[in-house]
Amino acid sequence: MSSIPLQSRLPKTYRIKDVKQETEMVRTFTFDGSLGARPGQFLMLWLPGIDEKPFSVAFDDGAETKVTFFAVGPMSEALAQCSVGDLVGLRGPFGTSYEWKPGQHIALVAGGYGAAPMYFVAAETVHHGCTLEVFVGARSKEHLLYLEELESLPHVSLHVSTNDGSMGFKGFNVQQLEKMLEVCQKGGKGKKVKADIDPIDQVFACGPEMMLKAVSELTAKYKIPSQLSLERYMKCGYGLCGNCVVDPLGIRLCTEGPVVKNDACIKIEEFGKYHRDALGKKHEF
Amino acid sequence: MNLSQAILGVNFGNPTVLASGIMGITSASWKLMAKHGAGGITTKSLWLKEHKGHKNPTIISTEHWTLNAVGVPDAGPEKAREEVGDFLKSHPVPLIANIIADSVDNFAATAEAILPLKPDFLEVNISCPNVEDEFGKPFACSAPAAAAVTKAVKKVSGKIPVFIKLSPNVDSIAAIADACASAGADGFTVINTVGPGMAIDLRSRMPILANKVGGLSGPGIKPIAVKCVADVYGVTKGKLPIIGTGGIYTGEDALEIMLAGASLVGIGTAVGDRGMEVFSKICEEMQLWCTNEGVDEISSLVGGMHRELASRSGPQKKNRTIPIL
Repeated sequence: MSSIPLQSRLPKTYRIKDVKQETEMVRTFTFDGSLGARPGQFLMLWLPGIDEKPFSVAFDDGAETKVTFFAVGPMSEALAQCSVGDLVGLRGPFGTSYEWKPGQHIALVAGGYGAAPMYFVAAETVHHGCTLEVFVGARSKEHLLYLEELESLPHVSLHVSTNDGSMGFKGFNVQQLEKMLEVCQKGGKGKKVKADIDPIDQVFACGPEMMLKAVSELTAKYKIPSQLSLERYMKCGYGLCGNCVVDPLGIRLCTEGPVVKNDACIKIEEFGKYHRDALGKKHEF
Repeated sequence: MNLSQAILGVNFGNPTVLASGIMGITSASWKLMAKHGAGGITTKSLWLKEHKGHKNPTIISTEHWTLNAVGVPDAGPEKAREEVGDFLKSHPVPLIANIIADSVDNFAATAEAILPLKPDFLEVNISCPNVEDEFGKPFACSAPAAAAVTKAVKKVSGKIPVFIKLSPNVDSIAAIADACASAGADGFTVINTVGPGMAIDLRSRMPILANKVGGLSGPGIKPIAVKCVADVYGVTKGKLPIIGTGGIYTGEDALEIMLAGASLVGIGTAVGDRGMEVFSKICEEMQLWCTNEGVDEISSLVGGMHRELASRSGPQKKNRTIPIL
């Protein structure tokens, strides 16, 4: 009756198999088991007696599941206290995933801990003969994530930026993306100048909403398709409660998202402006 | 084949209504449900003041059941004014404003806060099973309490019809409905979720819902809903309209609860399984069945089981013969 396997709507507890400290505030948990997640999808992580929240899947190879999280609120701070052998409930996978065609030239834009799901996308797309320009950005060097893993993949060109210039380009990853799109456009079909780089077929982005908004505007300007991973407060995760609907479309980011094509993103008026809390009350970004 | 009906002077293009609590927080999602064929929409329960719900997990399910204990979160009347106001600007389908409160007086006060928004119906939630820790047994579990809420809301409701949302978790839903009808109820929504129920994770040995218990919904509760609707229709002699809700997934489910006595049919949990298109799918299935069976007016089916039983019990009694042993 549904495209989502119903069994996934009840959390099942898994023991944490491995904990990797990525940065001071960021950890990756590995769980022994796969829920069949695709890149861009999310899981609901339940800490019994504490809370349940949505988290992007950082990796699922059919045998193990990884989740990378930033200890930023009561739930993720409690999660950060967990160690190997502790029980965490997993429910999902939910939502849309990134879509590509074999052999495409794709730009991935990852801000902060958005680098984790972007690594999952990168690992899958290079299997399909895609070449990637990966723009990883963070506040500073110590907040950069998944650089080694991304570098280890074939057909990946890494472009690092930090706000304070402690590593790579000083500024935002979206500025680097813009420079590349400019170069590609100059060397487009029918143009006299031959660019050093092949045209970008599409752009995938995951990170803070204001970064996504900038990617949305930029890719619209350059008329390049993009897919953005949006986030809202979630409860059921499978399109029933309506807590994650966005104005004025009314679409559910747990079901019609979290990965939304830019054609739809530009119609979401609240995108980059406000989001709703558990009570449905609006909060500005 | 005509699916439309006028209920207490309000025109519904078809009998399907988005049930309260589902996709019910914003005008944008109500409009989208209408676009997908909902004949009417019901808001999530509205409070007089901001009310926090429960922590997650709030909604879990398997192929057999859904349990929820969202805890009726709401941001208060200011948000309701904004969202209901926006919806009623275009008013694509009738809007049912669902209200909730913690006391008889506050039910009346909440009604007074919401009625100026001019909803088509007011639905009074006296039957939520997952705020018992906070407020005690629902008003719907006692005939005098249910009647007192009905009377208080009716005193302030003016011309806007008042539907009382009843609980199946009582000894006699007919007795509760009868008390509410005597207190002036214009109609009923039957039923709220069943139970409450509980689910436990084996490894952690913990209840999964943060609230420990939650209301049960999904296809398995349909027989309870059908029976409750039949009881309420029977005790009110079919004079008050009923929104039949509980486990309705298909056109045939909708027709069944209408035969029990429902004029309108609430759709909730099915949205998660059949998608937002569930409203138009159910309408197509009803159309198909009715066309095949030669039913021209959907309204002709409302309470059909009661009429069938009555027509059979009469002649059967007369013709009853004493068996020859």
